[in-house]
Amino acid sequence: MKALLVGEYKQGKVEESSYELVGFAKQLGLDAVMFFVADDGAEIKFDGKVYVADAGKYTEYNPDLHKALIEEVINKENPDLIVFSHSSYGWDIAFRVAADLKVAAISEVVDFNKDEKTFIVPCCNSKFRREVKPKTDKVVVTLQGGAFQPVMEGSPQIEKIDLPEAKSNVEFLGFVEKEKVGVDLTSAEIIVSAGRGVGKKENVEIVKALADALGGELGASRPVVDAGWVDPSRQVGTTGQIVAPKLYIACGISGAIQHLAGMKKSNFIVAINKDKDAPISEVADVFVAADLLEFVPVLTEKLKK
Amino acid sequence: MKILVCVKQVPDMESKFKIDASSKWYDQADLVYKINEYDEYAAEEAVRLKEKVAGSELVVLSIGPERVKDVIRKVLAMGADRGVHILDNEEHLKDPYQKASIIANYAKNENFDIVFTGLQSEDRGSAQVAPLLAGLLGYNFVSTVVGFEYNDDKITVERELEGGLKAKVSLPLSAVVSCQLGLNTPRYPTLPNIMKAKRKKLDTVNVADLLDGDALVETQKIFIPEKKAGGIVLEGEVDKIADELIQILKEKTQVVK
Repeated sequence: MKALLVGEYKQGKVEESSYELVGFAKQLGLDAVMFFVADDGAEIKFDGKVYVADAGKYTEYNPDLHKALIEEVINKENPDLIVFSHSSYGWDIAFRVAADLKVAAISEVVDFNKDEKTFIVPCCNSKFRREVKPKTDKVVVTLQGGAFQPVMEGSPQIEKIDLPEAKSNVEFLGFVEKEKVGVDLTSAEIIVSAGRGVGKKENVEIVKALADALGGELGASRPVVDAGWVDPSRQVGTTGQIVAPKLYIACGISGAIQHLAGMKKSNFIVAINKDKDAPISEVADVFVAADLLEFVPVLTEKLKK
Repeated sequence: MKILVCVKQVPDMESKFKIDASSKWYDQADLVYKINEYDEYAAEEAVRLKEKVAGSELVVLSIGPERVKDVIRKVLAMGADRGVHILDNEEHLKDPYQKASIIANYAKNENFDIVFTGLQSEDRGSAQVAPLLAGLLGYNFVSTVVGFEYNDDKITVERELEGGLKAKVSLPLSAVVSCQLGLNTPRYPTLPNIMKAKRKKLDTVNVADLLDGDALVETQKIFIPEKKAGGIVLEGEVDKIADELIQILKEKTQVVK
């Protein structure tokens, strides 16, 4: 089986998730080629052929042009699998390629069943996994961040690719950086995070008090940030900060995939949640099945003593 | 301007889920249903655009069994002009390609200028229907939108990328836009608007009239993922388990002493 791995290049760098695609191809024993829109001299680690389109000409963000380039490579290579990251880049392009080719598309792949030739994907906020079988020969898949071990080795054989006639309706006006305020959670040894389960803004204080008692930082899941209860600079997850502290305590966090991807490399994970079936239990070293509003203040008092 | 917003009804994700008899989806009985969170942002943005552009019409569409009329009525109460219910008791067995083609077959005769959807559904979570729909309609497409402006037949949007970065892009209509959480603050329908919504037009179309083609993927089964091997579960009296947790943290981490 042959795979085309669509790597990502952003702000002058290869995104590390691109190498998870390589890890996936290795795990499945696929014959793989890669594709990037990148600058000349971009540092790409790959043991094989890489099609590179010029980022100067096609810009780092232009889904229409990138899609046309990817389809050109598909024409040349005729891959069985076209593999993207399940990321903002993949969401923009992968399934439009699938629509153009009229082939099966499978999102957020976390595993592969070799015997059945099926892909495993999460659903219902990761409460379940689905085992999915494509019904077309060619398949577009997107891989969940962190699900496959990155493989970063080798020197690629670069083949330049260009599209003289390509047109785009999309105009890229630039990147907008987040404000560099607040805390750098990536260097914190202890993070205590508040999730939707805290119920209301005032209850965030209970979680903050535990963080203080432990000498750690307050973190938060996305819904809590979107609700305005905690500053966005404290958001943990794929759209916030990716953290790996020595101790991570998740209070009232069910464990959406995007949050898990942002914290599951933590050394030791404690989850405090009433629902024992919550997906956070998949990664927790200790699962405290309790109402956080009752449990956390008691824990905080005991730690202070 | 003609605007379409596609919304899905999903169970509250905090519900106790059970796997159904076919082992291919969750048991749909005894669940509390609501509008898909991402779609609520899409609906709000669609209503704002309709309010901004005089003479616009906003249509809200949902596919599913009889109960999905509730989410259509909710969006009518938020400000949509009319609803389209695509009646399908087996919506959960369709794949994203089929759902996109059902919507495309409805939309192609309506000539919508813009279609709003959520980034993904909370249950299936594939993030596929919007881009597939754009592909089938031949519309421009942008995903993961957290900022939206419309001026002179063009839209300028901010897309959320990873790690707090955003990309600002501009594209002409016709377009499909998939909306990310945090794009706006969805309004609560007022009681007078809820009453008014009951008199708004809500057409039902049978899915058989719009569906062409088979699924491109098939769910073989659904199952509950394994929990972390060796993970400890503490439950019972709060005072006691707090002591137990502190003991474990002292033994297993270097940061609690």
